[in-house]
Amino acid sequence: MTSMLSEKQAAMRDVFGDVLLELSKADPRVLALDGDLANSTKLDKVAEHNPSQFLQMGIAEQNMLSVAAGLAAVGFQPWTCSFAAFISKRAIDQIQVNVAQPKLDVKMVGAYSGLLTGCTGKTHQALEDIAMMRSLAHMVVLAPADGIEVRRVMEFAHQYNGPVYIRLARDPLPYLFDDSHTFTLGKGVQVKSGSHVTIISTGTETVRALQAAELLEGEGIRAAVLHMPSIKPIDHEAIIRAAETTGAIVTAEEHSIIGGLGSAVAEVLVENRPVPMRRVGVRDLNAESGSNEALLKKFGIAPEHIAEAVREVLARKV
Amino acid sequence: MNTAFQSCSADELTKKASEARRIILETVHYANAGHVGGPLSAIDMLIALYFSVMNINPDDPQWEDRDRFVLSKGHSAVALYTALALRGYFPLEELKTFDHIDSRLQAHPDMKLLPGLDMSSGSLGLGISTAVGLALGAKLKHQTFYTYCMIGDGESQEGQVWEAADVASKYKLNNLIAFLDYNKLQQYGWKGTDREREVPVTAPELRWEAFGWNVISIDGHDMAQILDACAQAKTVADRPTVIIAHTLKGKGVSFMENNYLWHAKVPDADELNRAIHEIEAEG
Repeated sequence: MTSMLSEKQAAMRDVFGDVLLELSKADPRVLALDGDLANSTKLDKVAEHNPSQFLQMGIAEQNMLSVAAGLAAVGFQPWTCSFAAFISKRAIDQIQVNVAQPKLDVKMVGAYSGLLTGCTGKTHQALEDIAMMRSLAHMVVLAPADGIEVRRVMEFAHQYNGPVYIRLARDPLPYLFDDSHTFTLGKGVQVKSGSHVTIISTGTETVRALQAAELLEGEGIRAAVLHMPSIKPIDHEAIIRAAETTGAIVTAEEHSIIGGLGSAVAEVLVENRPVPMRRVGVRDLNAESGSNEALLKKFGIAPEHIAEAVREVLARKV
Repeated sequence: MNTAFQSCSADELTKKASEARRIILETVHYANAGHVGGPLSAIDMLIALYFSVMNINPDDPQWEDRDRFVLSKGHSAVALYTALALRGYFPLEELKTFDHIDSRLQAHPDMKLLPGLDMSSGSLGLGISTAVGLALGAKLKHQTFYTYCMIGDGESQEGQVWEAADVASKYKLNNLIAFLDYNKLQQYGWKGTDREREVPVTAPELRWEAFGWNVISIDGHDMAQILDACAQAKTVADRPTVIIAHTLKGKGVSFMENNYLWHAKVPDADELNRAIHEIEAEG
């Protein structure tokens, strides 16, 4: 696989719509359930080209998730989709009781996750969805980094019989991977090697982690980047190996530092191989509306913040 | 399927419900946990469903074409377990494990543990949505089974119930038949006077009708009316049906009837004996 950032860009939602349309055409069990956002999330591709497998549930996410459980119980594979904020926060009890506890084959797709949700501000940003979903028993939590990986993760979810939460982003991102890229549940992807520190990142933040690593190269700091598309289950082995080989860890995510990837990595390190660590993410704050650039800067998750965290953690490295 | 019980008369079902009432009280007493008020208001309908109305096969609980049942008011689990045990899904003796650690008979229904359960429930307001999913799934698969669901009136304060009502109507789910166990009492009720405490949901007939459902009102303890309502519901071509079953919480035991304190109170040995005596005298 390549770790070079490509000139080519894709919005995850476009890939999502295309792939779900393909899956629905290939498999009559696949249903697309919409919470009236299909033209934003690109679920509308199923609505337009395979309408018999598209169900409009209206602006009622709680009902949508429970209906999905009923559909799964009679043999369908419902893909529920809304903004990540509404799928996770609005319907968390429904997801736990109706989907996660009985391990039903329901997919939950949180589009517009993280900080960059198109100038919509704190009500529409999902900075807690990883934490909430990760805490549910039986739940698989995935955050792909680019369009290729969105496809791979969806192909996996289609084959997997059980609840899966997939975290997507709104805006176009450069491609990290090419067609040869594979996804394995519970496995991280080493996208850059390095010996001084490992930046462990997930979702959209992996691009920024690579940009940070490039910034650091100029200072003679060789940072490895370990991308974690599978946040739950998480790759214990790769995290422990990163701690052993580089002796310092920085985590980076477009999410709150509480309960997300950083917490998951810290849990593994503390129980196995504690090393100096720093988490990059939104630090216990409500975000706000604004341009992508302004948001990344103000809430501390831009490449320069990751680079700064690397410098800090290296100063503590034994 | 289900041929052995299709011919049950309303009188026979009433006797069966009386037996179930005794078992519910014994089970809660034995477990020293569980609810009694709600189960006693719901049991007549459950007996009607499992012994007469539903197309099911206890020997093959996962039979694909079976009718489905969702107990949205999951707190009445002990009533559902009693109906299932009496119908032969599992030995009556197993009721003694109700609410115990490692039991298949959890405080609230768990579909993963007991094959006779079509859906997990317990958190209020969710069950009717899952029933909509089952009924919608049947339509999409061109299957002819019915989905039955029992909702509580207190539970109907949850907004999700009305989200589900809306979608069921939009998709014309005439294969969905809901019972509202309208016993007019809940655990504690609206803060205020005792009278206010007695009205968990106002004007359910008007509400369900406004959401486009076929509405039938019955005495939820009158077996003939229950059976008749189900038969009527099946004749409707384009809408889901809700059967507003006027019931008494704690029905069958004078000191439990219409007394919110018996929502989740466990009868002691003396109360159990008195209750069983009353049920048997009546039955």
